[in-house]
Amino acid sequence: MGATPVQTALAVEHREVPVVRIGPRRGLLALDFGELWVYRELLYFFVWRDIKVRYKQTAIGAAWAVLQPVMTMLVFSLFFGKLARIPSQGLPYPIFYYSALLPWMYFAAAMQSATTIIVDQQRVITKIYFPRVVLPIASVLSGLLDFAISFAVLLAMMAYYRMLPTRAVIWLPAFVLLAVLTALGVGLWLSALNALYRDVRYVVPFLVQFWMFASPVAYPSSLVPEKWRWLYGLNPMAGVIEGFRWALTGHGQPPGAPLIASSAAVLILVFSGLIYFRAMEGTIADVV
Amino acid sequence: MSDLAIRASSLGKRYRIGALTRQMSMRERLTHAMKAPVRWLGPGDAATAPRDFWALRDVSLEVRQGETLGLIGRNGAGKSTLLKILSRVTQPTIGHAEIHGRVGSLLEVGTGFHPELTGRENTYLNGAILGMGKKEIDRKFDEIVAFAEVENFIDTPLKHYSTGMQMRLAFAVAAHLEPETLLVDEVLAVGDMAFQKKCLGKMNEVASGGRTIIFVSHQMNQIRRLCEKAIWLDAGTIRQAGLTAEILGAYESATLAGGSSERRLNNAPHVKARFVNWEIVEPKTSSPNVLDTPGPVVLRFVVEVASPIRHTHHSIGLYDPDRRLLWGTAREHFQVNVGIHQFIYHLPDLPVKPGAYSWRVTLYDGEEPIDIWEAVPDLLVATKPVTHWLDEWAGILNIPSEFQVLPFETERVTQERQ
Repeated sequence: MGATPVQTALAVEHREVPVVRIGPRRGLLALDFGELWVYRELLYFFVWRDIKVRYKQTAIGAAWAVLQPVMTMLVFSLFFGKLARIPSQGLPYPIFYYSALLPWMYFAAAMQSATTIIVDQQRVITKIYFPRVVLPIASVLSGLLDFAISFAVLLAMMAYYRMLPTRAVIWLPAFVLLAVLTALGVGLWLSALNALYRDVRYVVPFLVQFWMFASPVAYPSSLVPEKWRWLYGLNPMAGVIEGFRWALTGHGQPPGAPLIASSAAVLILVFSGLIYFRAMEGTIADVV
Repeated sequence: MSDLAIRASSLGKRYRIGALTRQMSMRERLTHAMKAPVRWLGPGDAATAPRDFWALRDVSLEVRQGETLGLIGRNGAGKSTLLKILSRVTQPTIGHAEIHGRVGSLLEVGTGFHPELTGRENTYLNGAILGMGKKEIDRKFDEIVAFAEVENFIDTPLKHYSTGMQMRLAFAVAAHLEPETLLVDEVLAVGDMAFQKKCLGKMNEVASGGRTIIFVSHQMNQIRRLCEKAIWLDAGTIRQAGLTAEILGAYESATLAGGSSERRLNNAPHVKARFVNWEIVEPKTSSPNVLDTPGPVVLRFVVEVASPIRHTHHSIGLYDPDRRLLWGTAREHFQVNVGIHQFIYHLPDLPVKPGAYSWRVTLYDGEEPIDIWEAVPDLLVATKPVTHWLDEWAGILNIPSEFQVLPFETERVTQERQ
């Protein structure tokens, strides 16, 4: 005998109805990773949009991703290398600078685009709900395409200099991840702050400049006096850049204590950023 | 399982004026912080002290599944704030709400559209922002494009679209969102007229498809067509909630007629006569001042007469919410004796568009005014609108019409003339 109509109806109707609860802000640590997972497709679409838009209106498109670090590398090689004779850990200057500029430029661009993303997207934010944290995450992730393109150039340069990556190359993804997390941590703070204080936008270019000189982009970290090395290590990008160079070329110092300090600094940055961002999230639409 | 879609209890939203305002620079904020201790100690400086402003206060409501609820009220009454809280764009300062099932919000059409991206790309992006997954958009893509009538331009960047085309695409994406609950803010006021009609039709379809809808509009006829129930928000609180006809009537009579609906009291001891009440006798309706079906109308005005009136002159006038006289007539040269009388009017129809109207009835003895009554309560017309779907083109009469297109046979006409 078949099921009675009532049973059939129940079988069709029986499904989980999600309940959305709305109320004043809950505890500071209520990071809703489950919700973030639900909105993963939106994250994908935001990344996709960033990339599409960036390359659509430019005449030479993706070539910019290569041109910027290459030109900077040439300038650095000429002035810091050939003229100032800064030690390069035995690497050819172009490789030495380019391998540092890659993670640095990724970081600088990701941090800058994350800073303005909340303000840039204020129309969306004031009209539609989604976890706001998707926005800075998307702007940090979308920079990875440029990074990948310019990375291909680095491989070509290494081939030109007849260099092969050492076994340390397996650590490379870890350093890239560290760079992504650093950009995210800083981006979370700055994007939420920028929504409140538009001054932040003007501070960021200076921050990028100062931060670059506080990182081993134009010089090796061995130039930093030994007694200040621990402090230097607190700059996560110092660990990222030294580590990236080391992992790829085998030159320079293998990461050690400074890297642990860097990683710890990144974790603190990301978690405090998430908490601050989350605290801001509920009212961001009112103040942006 | 309860069939409640939305339950909100004591929702409140406070904004600070003069404190955390938009785009306050760091300098302002710092000087503000410096001054703060002084302000706490001193009597306070009214100009710089933050004033609390409750955009919404103590709002509780329950909406059952499949219900359509209209939110009405003046600008700044808190309609949009309530919608923003329910759609989670902003958090309430106090109170809680629960929404069962997926919520879609349409607070604006085309949110997140990017001019450099093509129509196709924008459809996916906007769909994702509104809460659709990629597969869902894949499935509905053709339908969306057909609804928006942009098939030929779907791979053209949006910046080359006309405003109308952009609006059509935006609404098409939003209209194909299929959440259990839909929050809509005044979005139908877009595009050309034909498309507005299409949008309204789609909204009707959505509403009748068992979806819960909360709808904000300034177009009262849209609310009338779409919503069974309505909530009237005033200064952040619920002033009245109930059936749409009732609430809209009360709202219109209070706001449009200037709010002067106090009952005239004619308790002077030596009045000859006075009107005491009025009602609709036919057709029978929910309440005696509500007219909800077209057709013949019988009205009764009750008059209390204390001393006989010899040369009676009686007039009646029907006024619309803007106090324009719509219709008036008079009777004279008849006598009324002491006692309670009823003045009965038979009208073949009262085809005015839905809204709140008022009667003005007068009674004279020769040249001497006996009673002039601005009748209360107002006449609430709650018939189904059969006029233009936009308020500004609907006019004042609600007359059903039939329309035909027929060939015009010129030859025969000419022949007949000869």
